[in-house]
This record gives sequence, structure tokens and C-alpha cells, in this order.
Amino acid sequence: MQEITENKEFKPLIVAFCCNWCSYAGADLAGSSRLSYPANVKIIRVPCSCRVNPIFILKAFQRGADGVILCGCHPGDCHYSEGNYRTRRRMSLLFSMLNYLGIEKERTRVEWVSAAEGAKFSAVMNDFVKTITALGENKKLEDLRCKSKN
Amino acid sequence: MENFDIEYIKEISRTDVRKCMKCGKCSGRCPAFNDMDIKPHQFVTLLGQGKFDVLLKSKAIFSCLSCMACVERCPRGVAPANVIEAVRDTVERMQNGNAIKAEDIPPIVDDLIPQQLLVSAYRKYRK
Amino acid sequence: MQRIGVFICHCGTNIAATVNVEKVTEALRKEPCVVFADNYQYMCSENGQQLIKNKIKEYNLTGIVVCACSPRMHEGTFRKTAEAAGLNPYMVEIANIREQCSWIHKDIDEATEKAVILGRTAIAKLTLNTPLTAGETGVTKRALVIGGGIAGIQCALDIADAGYEVDIVEKRPTIGGRMSQLDKTFPTLDCSACILTPKMVDCAQSEKIKLFTYSEVEEVKGFVGNFKVKIKKKARYVDETKCTGCGVCMANCPSKKGLNAFNMNLNTRPAIYIPFAQAIPNVAVIDPEQCIKLKTGKCGLCQMKCGVGAIDYTQKDEYVDREYGAIVVATGFKPIDLTNFNEYGYADNKDVITSLELERLMNAAGPTKGVLLRPSDNEHPKVITFIQCVGSRDVSGCGKPYCSKICCMYTAKHAMLIREKYPDTEVHVFYIDVRTPGKNYDEFYRRAVEQYGVDYIKGMVGKVYNENGKLMVQGSNLLDNTQVVIPSDLVVLATAIEPDPSVRDIASKLTISIDTNNFLTEAHAKLKPVECATAGVFLAGVCQGPKDVPETVSQASAAASKVIGLLAKDKLKGNPCVAHSDEMMCTGCSQCARVCPYGAITYEDKTFGRGANATVRRVAVVNPAVCQGCGACTVTCPSGAMDLHGFSSSQILKEIDFICKK
Repeated sequence: MQEITENKEFKPLIVAFCCNWCSYAGADLAGSSRLSYPANVKIIRVPCSCRVNPIFILKAFQRGADGVILCGCHPGDCHYSEGNYRTRRRMSLLFSMLNYLGIEKERTRVEWVSAAEGAKFSAVMNDFVKTITALGENKKLEDLRCKSKN
Repeated sequence: MENFDIEYIKEISRTDVRKCMKCGKCSGRCPAFNDMDIKPHQFVTLLGQGKFDVLLKSKAIFSCLSCMACVERCPRGVAPANVIEAVRDTVERMQNGNAIKAEDIPPIVDDLIPQQLLVSAYRKYRK
Repeated sequence: MQRIGVFICHCGTNIAATVNVEKVTEALRKEPCVVFADNYQYMCSENGQQLIKNKIKEYNLTGIVVCACSPRMHEGTFRKTAEAAGLNPYMVEIANIREQCSWIHKDIDEATEKAVILGRTAIAKLTLNTPLTAGETGVTKRALVIGGGIAGIQCALDIADAGYEVDIVEKRPTIGGRMSQLDKTFPTLDCSACILTPKMVDCAQSEKIKLFTYSEVEEVKGFVGNFKVKIKKKARYVDETKCTGCGVCMANCPSKKGLNAFNMNLNTRPAIYIPFAQAIPNVAVIDPEQCIKLKTGKCGLCQMKCGVGAIDYTQKDEYVDREYGAIVVATGFKPIDLTNFNEYGYADNKDVITSLELERLMNAAGPTKGVLLRPSDNEHPKVITFIQCVGSRDVSGCGKPYCSKICCMYTAKHAMLIREKYPDTEVHVFYIDVRTPGKNYDEFYRRAVEQYGVDYIKGMVGKVYNENGKLMVQGSNLLDNTQVVIPSDLVVLATAIEPDPSVRDIASKLTISIDTNNFLTEAHAKLKPVECATAGVFLAGVCQGPKDVPETVSQASAAASKVIGLLAKDKLKGNPCVAHSDEMMCTGCSQCARVCPYGAITYEDKTFGRGANATVRRVAVVNPAVCQGCGACTVTCPSGAMDLHGFSSSQILKEIDFICKK
């Protein structure tokens, strides 16, 4: 048996989906206000949070992401009027099955960040990275074939 | 033994006093208004403020006819009569055995009691 | 195989200070498909753009990745640059290495590594980009305004003033709307008719404005810039072109018992009538439910008396097809039905009236010729009690949960006018809160109290009952904690307002979303208050939310400016990043149409295969001019037939791959 040693250098890989109108602009504001968050958060721009297919989230986990966060406009503020309501419904459905799939629920999150909330964006990301770091590496769903390529 | 406090009244009244917009329509409609030391809208306010002792000392709980006009008229879905009923129940239950002793009833409202308790019980349990 | 060029910006030191741009350039140069990579101090500068243009031509690039600031900043700039060099503008991807990298990280190695990953991800996405062309559609240079109240009138006048044609469709026989029923307007106490009728006349006289009164919108097809609308002109039984509005027919009509809706049914009118003296058009109309000739065939008095032969009992409903570039909805409001509020005795007492009824009772053209007389016995009321918030702010189910916004002000106006005209009258107002946000509004209300001595009572009325010929108003006075009973001669209810019921039908015809109170939903509560989610449709007036006259006028002008901006364009360039359906995979299940907030998806029966193998299937078709590219349908589609240009599923999956690549 191999002894498990705590890897202090563990840096989680976080995929963040941000809607173009609120959260991506919020991330830009965090940038222009120089509010830092860890470099392992990588943002993917989508037109609306409702563009995010639950498959994308599962795929990210399969590819080795340790956490996936989905950011959209505040309820009622969606640029497309009701997209984020659909996101909310779809994601609560997806999250309810995550444990069954072997992924801790805490590895995913939906956050509403407006274009004016640079500080919130940075705070959310810092908090999320902290949570994921505490949870450790996502080993369960990762595709072993992806790993062997390294 | 139950713990009688302001939360207890809130719970058994099943009324969310935060919904009240302080319009006073309950007191505007109340047929027993002039016989009450604490008015229907004040019951809601006092419950919100947590003034347990003030509520318990109220004599108005025995003047309320339980006619439910205030509940019927409230535009915000608050039920002042339920609050009054809850205070009344609390007073009764605090004196053991879920009942009130004859000597505890203020003499001034003696005549009113049987009828109003009957009416109240009727409204409460008919469903 | 694509030929990709990568351009890395220093942004002065903004990027270069924390990201080793040379290292990034080296790393990205090795990526598949990349044939050129370079860095420059300011990519967005004239020289930087020239560099990009030159390299596109020199290396015959099929796509470019710019690693620079946020795409929200300069995506448009670089797209134009690419287009100028002959590249499709949608073959440009931006890697955001400033806002999301150099500005937030301090460690150079860490930031450089992230910049490389972001660059790679952008390259990977670009390999799946396809050249997109924004579709162009023409614009019909004409606007439709639905509703001829003050909102519709103001909007139409503004659009006509800019030189465009406007049609107003009004379901009643005259334009003017609710404002024409008002006596005075707050906060200046202008006579409503004096300020409204000139605008109505302007509408009638404008060459650009065409009025369809006594008409309704029957059908709406098409999309922004190209709406096709069928208008139903209800039979008037009077030839509009001949009638002079002389009124001889009205005087001779034997059937005089029709309720006068313009006067809130407080008096009667003949079967053939002109709603009011200043009606536009000033043309009579016959009420078919009331006309003896139309019901029994015997009478025809008006036809005999009409000097110009305008009466035509054989008239039928007509349908007119018109085309429009933009549509403004201004359907207005009505006071709510008070049958649920029997505590105020509205149904049982003639002297319990709504504020709009009082408005008619005080108007010089009203049933009492402007003398305030109570309806039951035509006596001067000596004590008048107003009750505010009747049906407003009511979540019990009887009324409306919202604040109707105008009642506090019009009640103060009524109280003031009554005290001014009849100083011996006693006026009481029961209020919950007095809400007067607006220029000179609170001053107005205070004048009612301080100058005119109106008695404001903080409390609400519990019941109104009859006693000795008086209306007893029983309510609470919360400030001195008493119950008061005021014997009154007249009780006025500040009735809540709700959107006109016709709005539901209009909303479904135009696919405008509607809220739980039947108000139409604007595209954005703060930033797009007059636009609709449906492109080319705009809102004005109370159909969008409670509003007073000044606010309605501002919103109408705002809507007009949006319409003018739209009609000023010769071609509408769409956003090519829209949804598209793969008809081979589509099962025609209609899930996508159900989630589309814009009504952009329709279904067509298409034939697949030939000859004996031919099958007809129902497939989804996206109208690219209407689709806004949110992508809701792509996720809903169970067969995966729906995809989004510019943000396709394969592109996003590829981005995930490259971000997660270790």
C-alpha cells in the first residue's frame, strides 16, 4: 500500500463559465480593479449562462477539472430576460445527481455576479478555490485515458 | 411543560407579522374596537416588537369577538384575530390545564365570556 | 487546414510587466495550425492594426488570435481590422490576457503559463470557427402605434416629426384615451382637454399619421423591420369620409338609453353618437347593440336626417393589410372592477364612486356640466370622504399587489379642487402612506393640507354603511388610536389601475412577455425600459407599469426615438452568432420553440429523400433576424440538433479540453 501524503502544492484546476453580459464584465472589472484571484481559474465566455449544457460541466470534470463554477446575471437581470432562470433549474437538477455520479456537490457552484460586482467576482473565486483546495483533487470522474497522456 | 414566550405566540398564531403594512384596516373594521385596551393593529405591532408581557396583560383578548372581520379585510394576508386568539390561548395554557379559572377573569368582562368563547371555539373547530 | 496568425499585445507594460510575452509567442508559435506569431507594444494602435493586416495578406491567414485585453473592449476593433484585410470578421478570437491574467496575477511564471493556456484555448476554438455573414434585411419605413391615448399620440407625433409614416390603431371610436376623460392634471392643475386636444388635432392633420379608429390588430406576422399586420376596421355604419360631425343624427335618434362609457356610465347617450365634442375623428358611430334599425330593421331616422348621406346600415367589418418596420404598444389601463370590495359598498350605493367617475362629475363636459352633484339625488355633497389604496397594495387576492402610483396625487388634486370650488365642503382622506415622488409633487400634496385644509387621516376604512341617508365611513385613525365614523354625502374610492384587458391578446400576437399583473415586460428593467425582448417592438405608457401623464409622455418619446433610430436604417444587420438547427437531426419536438424568449423558432414540414423514399418531417427553423443568440434552445434540444454560431458546442468542448490539458 502506498502511503498517501498530503500534497501541499495542490493547485486545483477551475473552469469558470461566465455570461458575456454580466459575469464576464464582472471579471473584467475585477481585473481593472486589480482584485486578484488564483491563476488556476480559467474563464470560458458564453453568451448567456443558459448556453451552458450540463454536459459541459461533466466534460470538464472528466477532463480533470477539480471544480466548475457557473456565473450569470442576477435573477431578473438576464440580458435575454429569462436565461438565468433556465440555468437555475437545469443546474439544480444536475447538482442533485452529482453525488450519484461520484462528484462532491461542492465542486460545482452557480453564482450571480453583475457587471458592477468586480469585488464579488474576485471574492467568489477566492472562496471557491479555497473550497476546492480543501476538497482535494477530483479523482473520481477523471478519464484515466486523459491522465495517461501526460 | 411548554416554554411560553413570544416565539410560542408567533408559532401558534401562524401569522407573519412582517407582512403588515400598517394600514389599520383591521382596526377600521373591528366591531369591538371601543371595548379593547389594545387594538387589533396594535396586537400585530406588539407581537412584532416582541412585547410579551404587554400582550399577556391585555384585557382586549376577552373582548375580541373572533368575528374574523379583520382577517377578512386585511389586504396583506395578516390575521390579527389569529394573534389575539394565540395570546388568549397562551394566557389560558400558562394557567395550567389548558383552562382558565373563573376567578382570573376580569370581573368587568364576566358577562361576555361564555358567549365569546363559544363563538371563538365554534369558528376555530368547525372545519 | 487553417492558417492561423497569433498576435500578442504588450499593452505598454500592462501585460508585458507580468507576462513574458516573448515566451508566450514562442509557445504559441509551436501550436498546430499556427503559421505566424509575433508580439507588439500596442496591437490596437494604428501600427499594430497595420501589422495584423500585413501579416494576414503576407501569410494568407485564414484566422487570427489576438492575445490582448478583454474582447468586450477591442473584439470589434480587431474584427474590423481583419475585415479590412479581406478576412471574415468572425475568424477572429481574442485571448483575454490583461483583465483576466496580467492585471490580477503578480507572479510572472504563473501569469505567463496562464497566458499560454488562454492563447492555446483561443487557437483551439478558432480552428472550429466558420466564416459567418451577418444577414441583412430591409426596413419598412413605417411604424405602427397600438393605442391612441396620450402615450400613442405623443409617440406617433414624435415619429411623424422625424419624417416617418405612422399608423395609430385605436379600438375606441376616437383617440384621446383615458387622458381625455380627465378634468385637470396634476401637479399644475392644467385642464386636461386644453393640453390634449391640440395634440389630437395635430395627429389628425399630420400627413404622416394615419388613424385607424374603431379598429383592432387582428394578426401580426414577420419580424423587426418587416412586420405584416392585418388591421380589422369595425363597422361604424357611418361613412367616415362623408360625416361632418354635425350631430343632427344624435339629436334625432329615438334610442337614447345607451350607457355613456366616456362618462363612466354616469349618463346615457343615443345609439348613434360621437363620444365627446372634441373627438378625433369627429365622426359618429352606431352602437349595433342599441340601434333600432340594425336590430329590427325599422327606424332609419338618422339616415333620413343626415344631410350628407353618411349613414350606411350595410357596412361590414373591413380588413386592411399594412407593413411596418417597428411597433409601439401603448394600450393603456382601466380602473379595476370593484365587485370584490363590498366593504366600501360600491355596488349598493350610487354615492360611492370611483375617482375616474368623480373626474367626469367635475368636468364641464361631463354629465353634470361641471357642477359637483352627487349621483343619487343631484344634491351638492357637503362632506366628501376619499379612501386611498382601494385595491392597490393588496395581496389578499381581491386587488392588486402593486402600488398604482397615481392615486395619491389625483386624490390630492380632487380634494384641492373641491375645496377650491366649494369651500364649504368638508373633505377627508383616509390614507396608508402618501406617496409623492416627483417634481413638485410633495409640495402639491402639502398645499392640499396646508392651504386648502384637507383632513388627511392616517388609517384605513373598514366599512361603509348607510344610516339616516348618510354614508357612514368607519375607519381607524392610527395616530390617535381611535376608530372614527364620518357621516359623508359622497365617498370616492381611489381605485387601483390595471392594464387594459386587450393587452393579453396583443402580447400573444407580438410574443411580448407579460408579468403576473398583466403588465408587459421590458427588455431590461433599468437599461432598456422601452424596448421589448422581441426586436422591433417598443412599449409606452401604463401597459408597461403604472405611470402618470408626465412619465407616460417621456416614455412615449423615448419609444419614438428608438423607433426613429430603427427606421433610419436602410438595412438591418443581424448578429450572425445565432442559433441554427440541423434538420437531419431535428425531431420536431417543439422544445426549443417553448424556451425561445423571442419567438424566433418556427416549424416547417420538409420533404426528405426522393421518389418512393420521400418522407415529410416537421423540423425547426430559426429566423436569424429575430434570434438574439442566447443559446437556451441549444441546451434544451434533446437530439442535439440545435447549435449556436460563434459559441458552438464543439467549440466550448474544445475550450474545456485545452483549459484542462495538463
